[in-house]
Amino acid sequence: MCEDLADIMPPEYQELVATATFGNQDRGWKDIGSSKELIEQHSLCAGCPESIAFRYILASLPAPEDTVFVGSTGCTSLVFPHVAVQNIHSLFGNQNAIASGLKRTLASRFPGVEKDVVVLAGDGATVDIGLDMTMQSWFRQEKFTTICFDNELYANTGGQESGLMQKGFVAKMAPKGKNFDKVRLAEIAREAGCAYVAVLTVSKPNRVEQAIKNAVLVAREVGPTFVQLYTPCILEIGKQSMEGLDEMKDAESIGGRFVQKEFITDEAQKLLDSIKEETKARKKAAKEKKSVNA
Amino acid sequence: MNKQVDLKNKRIIASNHVALGTKNKKGQTYSDINDIFYNSEQTPNFLTGSEVIREAVKRASVGTSVAYPITPQSEAAALIGELYAEGYVDEYFRGESEFAVMGQCAGAAFGGHRVMTTTAGPGTLRAMENFPMWAGSRLPIEVVVTCRGINSPLSIQPDTLEMYYLLETGMMVWHAETAQDLYDFILKGFIVAEQPDVHIPIAVCCDGFFVTHTKDTVDLSPVEKCLTPYDPYKAPVPCMDMETVPIRMMRDPFVMKSNYISYATHASWQQEVKAAMERSRKHTIPLLDGLIDEENTDREILIIGSGTAVSQSREAIRLLEEEGVKVGLIKIKTIRPFPTEEIREATKNAKHIFVPEFNVAGWLAREVKAILPNNERVYVGPHVAGGMTMPSEVIVEQIKKHLGMKTVPMVAR
Repeated sequence: MCEDLADIMPPEYQELVATATFGNQDRGWKDIGSSKELIEQHSLCAGCPESIAFRYILASLPAPEDTVFVGSTGCTSLVFPHVAVQNIHSLFGNQNAIASGLKRTLASRFPGVEKDVVVLAGDGATVDIGLDMTMQSWFRQEKFTTICFDNELYANTGGQESGLMQKGFVAKMAPKGKNFDKVRLAEIAREAGCAYVAVLTVSKPNRVEQAIKNAVLVAREVGPTFVQLYTPCILEIGKQSMEGLDEMKDAESIGGRFVQKEFITDEAQKLLDSIKEETKARKKAAKEKKSVNA
Repeated sequence: MNKQVDLKNKRIIASNHVALGTKNKKGQTYSDINDIFYNSEQTPNFLTGSEVIREAVKRASVGTSVAYPITPQSEAAALIGELYAEGYVDEYFRGESEFAVMGQCAGAAFGGHRVMTTTAGPGTLRAMENFPMWAGSRLPIEVVVTCRGINSPLSIQPDTLEMYYLLETGMMVWHAETAQDLYDFILKGFIVAEQPDVHIPIAVCCDGFFVTHTKDTVDLSPVEKCLTPYDPYKAPVPCMDMETVPIRMMRDPFVMKSNYISYATHASWQQEVKAAMERSRKHTIPLLDGLIDEENTDREILIIGSGTAVSQSREAIRLLEEEGVKVGLIKIKTIRPFPTEEIREATKNAKHIFVPEFNVAGWLAREVKAILPNNERVYVGPHVAGGMTMPSEVIVEQIKKHLGMKTVPMVAR
């Protein structure tokens, strides 16, 4: 913190400096509650699963101080003003184009530092209006992570049909029910060249943490990564505020649309295995050191 | 607005965070823009407009350039790729559409690089949503627009209609007449756009084919001298919304908030972008030697033009002179900001003003009419469109006709 200005900075900033988990390489969802979170409030609906997704993601980023979020228009963009990570909002659907230019420039300007770029956009932005740019960034093997908050519709504009909506769902602009299947984005991502793909809900924080960490770390070393998170729009599917978690648990149970799955290339798997080994060894060494000191 | 700027002893200072006199990895010496243009020997070269774009970029310390093929800028975009392969440009790739390319350029500019790209006609329109975003985000990106037709049926011919669409994007819009202008404007455009009190994007426009695909003699500054790179730390706003945690540009003006603060912030921000454009004048005037060029503006008949319409007008003026009709000329170099005061002053004595243009809308004539007193003096035209040429004889004929002089129809010659 800049000492000269410390006394005029707001308490939120003071807290971020004092108790946030910047620089802690083992940061994770378990820090929630005991440290300053990088998101403290949100402007989403009460009980919106997207808000808990934001908390888990922000808690799981390996290096938030060197991360830039690229957002898009939609419910996600309502949250970015409240997030203590650098972020860019430019237009609707061009998020992966922005991220491509940004990641390359950061790599060029800061050759010695890992600068993580993470796209975080809704399903309309990722699959409909932005699919071209989403896929092209994967074709080009751009080294950043794309996270799609899949709520299976356009929530922010009031519940219109989207490509990731289930077939048959009656929505605005699909008055007779959507007449084609939910786009198989995870498979598209795999075929388009993503080194790591994960599909899951945000019902279980440890799973979200692992997927986000895997995605960001693989994007650093190997190539593009994609995480699709089910964050149901409780408002538009007629649920109550407290029913979001149940909806996600239903969707991820056997036969559901969001049974957890991962596609990992051999190269990415090798990297993840080695990171796992390193982490294990590091933690073991730390523990031993601690017990020796004790 | 439009205050007269004193030119005496004005000097543009580019960022010199990279020490002047040191060398880049290609052995070029980082040099002051004034030194490059005014204290160095300029060597004549016989080049196409596309090659001129390459030569300018070679001396511009460009960080990122993103390319996409569209006639007539494809050759220039590919030549910039060769500069990348040679190491003169740090990052370069082909995007998937102009909409994506302008987004990729924005990403690179957010990341702190000097960014330039090229586009034309339908590409300019496909990219359009990005331009006001660039301006609002205060990204000093330079786009070279090699104008061509935008309408259906498909046309690749020169036509300046797309510039009309650029006028209210918040970008500076400069219009090169010749390949020499193009060279100068590309290099000087970066310097003006990146001034901390300006810091908005710039479109350097030229007429496709007429400028890009013809060869012309162009004085080039020494290739051993290049601009200092863009300095992102001189940006007047945090280049990303959260760069200075927790001061968040997004928080108050953000789109979904329906409250007075939101409206007020948006309105004042739009005015700020306009004000930044106004502030560009004082930097542009010394570098371009004024926003307009004047020739014999004491005459009663004047032609006002921009781009290659100016070249055609010069020849028309010569032809008219042979017949004893004396006509003056105003060449407009910057369409945004518009040289309102300069044109008012230069047209004080004019009784008849003609505005020849290469587009169906006659947008330059509208711009001129909008700022002049007694604007019935302005004759909208002649203008041609869709790639038609505008022979000087047509300009001569229109002027004579309007003045009630006897004309011989072109077909009768």
